[in-house]
Amino acid sequence: MPRLINLQPSRRLKAALGIIPFVLILIAYQVGSDIRKAENEQDRLLPSFEEIADGVNRMAFEPSQRTGEYLFWEDTKSSLTRLAIGISIAACIGLLVGLAAGAIPIIAAPLNPLITAISLVPPMAILPILFIVFGLGELSKVMLIVIGVSPFLIRDILQRTQELPREQLIKAQTLGGNSWQIIVRVVFPQILPRLFDAVRLSLGAAWLFLIAAEAIAATDGLGYRIFLVRRYMSMDVILPYVVWITCLAFAIDWCLLKLSRWLFPWYHAEK
Amino acid sequence: MNSFIELNKVTKHYGDNVVLENLSCNVAEGEFVTLVGASGCGKSTFLKLLLGTEGANSGELLMAGKPIVQEPSKERGIVFQKYSVFPHLSVRENVAIGTEFEEGKWWGRLFGEARKRAFKQADELLTAVGLEHALNKYPNELSGGMQQRLALAQALIKKPRVLLLDEPFGALDPGIRKDMHELVLGLWRDYGLTVFMVTHDLKEGFQLGTRLWVFDKMRHDPHAPERFGATITYDLHLDQKNLPFAAEALDISGDYLPTAIAS
Repeated sequence: MPRLINLQPSRRLKAALGIIPFVLILIAYQVGSDIRKAENEQDRLLPSFEEIADGVNRMAFEPSQRTGEYLFWEDTKSSLTRLAIGISIAACIGLLVGLAAGAIPIIAAPLNPLITAISLVPPMAILPILFIVFGLGELSKVMLIVIGVSPFLIRDILQRTQELPREQLIKAQTLGGNSWQIIVRVVFPQILPRLFDAVRLSLGAAWLFLIAAEAIAATDGLGYRIFLVRRYMSMDVILPYVVWITCLAFAIDWCLLKLSRWLFPWYHAEK
Repeated sequence: MNSFIELNKVTKHYGDNVVLENLSCNVAEGEFVTLVGASGCGKSTFLKLLLGTEGANSGELLMAGKPIVQEPSKERGIVFQKYSVFPHLSVRENVAIGTEFEEGKWWGRLFGEARKRAFKQADELLTAVGLEHALNKYPNELSGGMQQRLALAQALIKKPRVLLLDEPFGALDPGIRKDMHELVLGLWRDYGLTVFMVTHDLKEGFQLGTRLWVFDKMRHDPHAPERFGATITYDLHLDQKNLPFAAEALDISGDYLPTAIAS
């Protein structure tokens, strides 16, 4: 009998074992729901799977009675648009500032303390300021994501830039490159895949800021909907929305990874 | 002797830690100098002084009669033990980038005909180092020896007068190392280079160099080992008549005949 620490599950067993917790949660939910329903037919806290399916059907496949829109898809569209704009702007800022500061010490000197200070400000605390300055429209929600995520991206890219082997920069100089050429041809292409990594890491925070901003001031969006139906204890809508957001987050992360693998095979082979 | 590289009483220290002390030497153009010595005795620091990434605290460093520029430049090529090549560029692009830096002023990049010409030039050099079959591969697909071949080709595209090698073969298998020795000697002859090579391997130092320097401390303070710096304690011209003496001086058995001289 090998030691427990040497016992490796086969691929199939591993997959099966991975599914078990999910199945257990579903069963536990079903049992809990049944118990509550037995006590009170009208219980809303743990709706049955039929009720959830009804909820999904109502939100996603029947036009809203008030506006005639398919709310679920409209919410998804608005949220994803905000997230995409926010993340794109933050990524550009992170790349430009992080790269400049990481590659050019004279730019890093005045920026470093400032970025450290800004990254310590809790973004949620300045959300009211954003609403006051940028109004309650799209801009303030996008700005919250930008402000929340870009300090992290800047710091991460700055650090990755400084981590590039010194030898490469020296070599590039002996090949006759000037500062600009070395940044464009040696530093930038090597930092791009690291930007993908950083963006993937920051997506969780970006979702948090998005949903928070939508919860407070919005007229559509996934976060808005969850907080709206909370008033009616509509767990049959909230639960599928949460699952949907999780799936979206997973899908975006997966797409970014695939894209990065496709664009930068040398980077992933190196690791 | 007509000297190409000349160092006069060079001293280098980091804070209280004296690394090099009172180092003077003359090297003629076309010499192959190998630098040996214990770890931390300043060989690599010496190379950095020649490269220009470190400045001397006192003394003067001259190349062809002029002070050495305190910044890496095209006249001095370098190959490090690792990280010498760019992982995001193919083998061919790794070499052509030297031409692209020079001709593609704005973006360091060439297009169309100019790019083809740069690639052709790169291909010739890559053939010379035996990488003609790997032109489109990326460095991570190459073995350690092939990566160092690439690093050599990359350095030579700028036609440097001085080639600095910082333990270039330290991480390679003995068999591959032997092939690399032949390659380096061939390139040294064909391109008329002046080579400085740091090595841990005394045998390698003897086989490759026309001149071998041993770095060591002249004085030692057991209570403050950082107090005194190293200098060149042996400067051996490895021509035939000096060999027995050289071997004896370093307590080396005589079968490490320098191939540079024998051939």
